[in-house]
This record gives sequence, structure tokens and C-alpha cells, in this order.
Amino acid sequence: MTLFLSYLINGISLGSVYAIIALGYTMVYGIAKMLNFAHGDVIMIGAYVSFCAMQYLGLPALVSVVLAMVACTALGIVIEGLAYKPLRQAPSLAVLITAIGVSYFLQNSALLIWGSAPKSYPSVITLGSINLMDGQLVISGGTIVTVLANIVIMVALTLFTGRTKFGKAMRAVSEDKGAAELMGINVNATISMTFAIGSALAAVAGVLLCSAYPTLQPTTGSMPGIKAFTAAVFGGIGSIPGAMIGGVLLGVIEILGKAYVSTELGDALVFAVLILVLLVKPTGLLGKPVREKV
Amino acid sequence: MRSKKFRSTLITFGMVVAAFIACQVMISTGAMTRSLKGQLVPICAYIVMAVSLNLTVGISGELSLGHAGFMSVGAFSGIVMAMWLSKGVGLANETVCLLLAILTGGVAAGIAGVLIGIPVLRLRGDYLAIVTLAFGEIIRNVINCLYISLDGSALHIAFNNPNVPGKLLVNGPAGATGVTKIATFGMGFALVLFTLFVVLNLIDSRSGRAIMAIRDNRIAAEAMGLNVTKYKMMAFVTSAVLAGMAGALYGLNFSTVAASKFKFDTSILVLVFVVLGGIGNIRGSIISATLLTILPELLRAFANYRMLIYAIVLILVMLATNNPTLRSLVQRIIPHKKGQKKEADEA
Repeated sequence: MTLFLSYLINGISLGSVYAIIALGYTMVYGIAKMLNFAHGDVIMIGAYVSFCAMQYLGLPALVSVVLAMVACTALGIVIEGLAYKPLRQAPSLAVLITAIGVSYFLQNSALLIWGSAPKSYPSVITLGSINLMDGQLVISGGTIVTVLANIVIMVALTLFTGRTKFGKAMRAVSEDKGAAELMGINVNATISMTFAIGSALAAVAGVLLCSAYPTLQPTTGSMPGIKAFTAAVFGGIGSIPGAMIGGVLLGVIEILGKAYVSTELGDALVFAVLILVLLVKPTGLLGKPVREKV
Repeated sequence: MRSKKFRSTLITFGMVVAAFIACQVMISTGAMTRSLKGQLVPICAYIVMAVSLNLTVGISGELSLGHAGFMSVGAFSGIVMAMWLSKGVGLANETVCLLLAILTGGVAAGIAGVLIGIPVLRLRGDYLAIVTLAFGEIIRNVINCLYISLDGSALHIAFNNPNVPGKLLVNGPAGATGVTKIATFGMGFALVLFTLFVVLNLIDSRSGRAIMAIRDNRIAAEAMGLNVTKYKMMAFVTSAVLAGMAGALYGLNFSTVAASKFKFDTSILVLVFVVLGGIGNIRGSIISATLLTILPELLRAFANYRMLIYAIVLILVMLATNNPTLRSLVQRIIPHKKGQKKEADEA
């Protein structure tokens, strides 16, 4: 029982990281209707920036996280401005291929700058662990911070999109770009802002991910990126609470699958569950059904 | 109209045959470098992959991100078949062996295509894309757990259990090892011709027109009495069979093949061929698959920078081809572009 609980807690922790990454996907998809395949690589860049800040500059952990967020935000805005903005009117496949190009670009830049040898990432979390049930169940500091960060981000984002002027503009643009523009909303600035927020979240996710799984290399972000994207679809792409539920569920399924079914098949199980969910609910758990007009 | 299409088909076939002859001449005169020679069979395999994916993405209009999964099914079933035939049954003729392996690869991938197509084709757009991606990953994970061994002439297949009697052909995550490299450029060329024959004929048939009608407007096509599921399935499974054949050819060109060779990146690579060559344009797929497979080789002089250059080229090409000013400029220089001519005809 305690073993099961500890797996469950590990799953929630991993799932929280997925959820934070999935938020970036879901927000960008909601507003720009594009699959931003480079998102996973922004995570990797964020992790590298914080790694360098701690290792080479000797900065404290918290400062390095802030630095990584700033760097990723800038990166997100630059990528959007240079690669995606000129393609606003282009077919979605063209945008998808460009995003893949950006992803290759980031991975290979990282390869040239930091080399292919994996770096051992020092955990940024110094919080002690909690022992429950006479020390049988240990919740690590990393897990607590990850889950808390996830909850804080979720609440903040929900408030931001629901209450602030900019958040409302974001929702308006995601619903109807043309109408939003007629209402005096600066569509381009709103989209850039969304990319900036998504990329800042990616930096946080990168730091949390590497604190839990400390090998850092240029391909670190790609698999979590794909899984987080799956999580976003799982929860209903475009929906913020959906991304959270999808991410956490995916993490739990992955860890439990690896523990009880087979270590090799953990990933396959995740994708199988996704397929089952989409067959029953074709727009994800919390996605709104799209009505077809003739 | 008919003759025009026929001419276009002839040009496509002629181009492939000419390229084949040019390659053969270069090989016999020794003008071809070793590294390029090693690329010939993979190029053929990638051309088949690109043309078959173009059938799904361009003609049928469904974005598939799991095409490498079918390639992987074809590669492993083809390798097992070839090894069983040559070592288990004692078939000495390599060409027959290769041919049967490619057929097996096609059939196995076709079965996978039917099984995957049933759930996948119920979904639309990005959801369909993510599910094909998911299936590609599942196939890779499952093959990673597969252990197949040859004991005399008997095949043993075990799942997640490496203790099988006899000599291991497929060794879980290490993949197929000790494969006899029997793939030839000639067979690759034949496979490309076969693929072109199948795909071009399918496009130009009643079924092909039905598939394109469904792509353009599903509801209208359904109202005209077309069986949407049937035609979508037809395109999807044909594409899977061809990808499986390409996989078998590709797999038998290397002595070791692991399932990680056919991951998500490979699917994306093939999709890049299709999009850069022009969605729905078969000839474009052939050219872009060839050029983009050679490009990293040509950039070898730049060593570490080559993938970076590849990425930049990819982004710039996408930006340039979708730039409205550049597009209108090109149309002014070459006024007889398809779209404009039609407008002129209507006017």
C-alpha cells in the first residue's frame, strides 16, 4: 500500500511537470492554432541556462531560475517574431514544418554550445523531505515544490485569463481573431505575449524536470515535450484546467504503468490511454465539442 | 486534359529512370563517392516513404505523424522473413529472398494499417495527427519488447522475455542484429517504380477522385453517396503497405536495425520531404526526398554545423515559399503558373 502511494506521489510529481509544459502548448494552440513543436526544446534551453548560471556564475538557485525564465521569455518572443509571425496566413502544415525547423535549430545550437555529453544537473530544491507513516512513505522536497508550483501557476493563469484585460484579450483572440482586431485588440502583441508566458513556464518546467531527472543533454526536452503535448490533447487542447488534469493523469499512468506492467511499456501505455480517451471523447476530457456546420 | 496528365506521369517516370541510369553510369565509371553510394538504397526507401505519405497527407488530407511506425513494422517483419528464408529454409537466391521480405513487410504493415486506421480515421485534424503519433510510439515500444529467435527452421516469438531458444534475430531494445545486407539499388529502383505506378494510378482512378472529393469537402462527398470510411481506409492502408515495403528494403540495407531508428523524428523527416516537395505533388516528393537525404551528406564538410544549416534552410524555405510578396514576384516572372492560368481562362 505504501509502495503504491509512493508511486502515486511520484506520478503526481512527474505529472505536474507535464502539466506545466502542457500549459504552454495549450495556450499557444488556443491562440495561434498551431502545434508548437519547438516548445520541448525551449524547456531544454531553460534548463541549460539555469545550469550555467548555477555552475559557472555561481548564482543562487532562485536567481538562476529567474534568469532562465527571462532568457526563455526572450527566446519565445524572438522565435515567434522571426519564424511564426510571417506565417500567420500560411497553411497550418507550413507552420508545423517551421516549428519543427525551429526545434532542430534549438537542439543543434545547444549541441554546439554545450556539447552532446550529458550534464549532471544539481537540484535547485533544497527543501527537506516529509516522512509519513513512520518513515515508510517519503515525500521528497522536489515533489512538494513541483506540485505547489503547478497549483500556483494554474491558479495564477486562471485568474490572469479570467480577470485581467490582457487575459481577456487572449481569450478574445483565441475565439475570433478578426472580431478581436475590430474591437481594438492588438492581435500580434497578444500572440507574442502568449508565447512569452508559455516560454517562461517552459523554463520553470525545465528546471523542475531536471531537478527530478538530473541528466541534461540537448535532447532532454523532446520526449517530455511530446508527452506534454499528448497531455494537452488528453485534457482537451485549449483548456487550462484540461492541461492540468491531462498532465497529472498522464504522469500517474506512466509511473504506475512502469511500476506494475512493464518498464519498457510505460510510454506505450500512456499513448494507449490517450487513444482510448480520444475514441470516447474526440476532443479530450475537458474539450468543448465542435459542432459541424454545413 | 487526359493527355496532359499522361504526359506528366511520363515525365515523372522518365525522371526516375534517367536518375537511375545516371547513377549506374556514375557507379561503373567510379565517379560516385563511397558515402553517396551507401545512400542509394536509403534514398529509394525515403522516396517510397515520401510518396506514400503524400498519399495520406496530400491526396487524402489527413496529417499523419506516425508514418515511421509502418516503416518499422515492415523493416522488422521483412528482416525476420529474410533471415528465416535464408537461414531457416535455406533459400540461396538473394533476390527472391529480398522480394519475399519486401512483400512480407508490405503485408505486415498493411495489417497494422487496417488495425490503426479503424480508430484513427474516426478523428479529425490535429486529434488525428496526435493519435497517429501515439501509434507510432506504441509500435516502437512494442518492438522494443519483442524477442524473436530462429531455432533450426522454427521461429520463436516472445514478448518481454529474452529467454527464447536458438539464435536471436530480434533482440528487444538492441533490435535486429546480424542481418545479411541483401538490399540492392536495383530492387530499390524497382520499388520506387512500383510505388509510383500504384500511387499515380490510384490518384487517377475513380477511387482516387473519391478520396480527393472527401478531402475537399467531406460532407458534400458523403451527400453524393461516397463511402467516406472506405475511401479513407483505402488511402491509409495503401500508404501503410508501401511504407512497410520501404521499411523492409531499408532494414535489409543495414547489419543492425533498432526500433529507435524509426522514432518520431523519422516520421517528421518524411513529412518534411512531403511538405517541401509540395503537398499532393508526387514528383515534388521524389525530388525533395532525394535532395534532402543527400544534403546532410553534402554538408559533411561543415561537420557539426550541418544539422544547424539544415534547420535554417528548412525555416528559410518555409518562410520564402509562404511570403506573399515573393510569391507575387515569382508569378510575375513566370506568368504561366497553374493558378493564374486558370484565372485567365475564367476571365
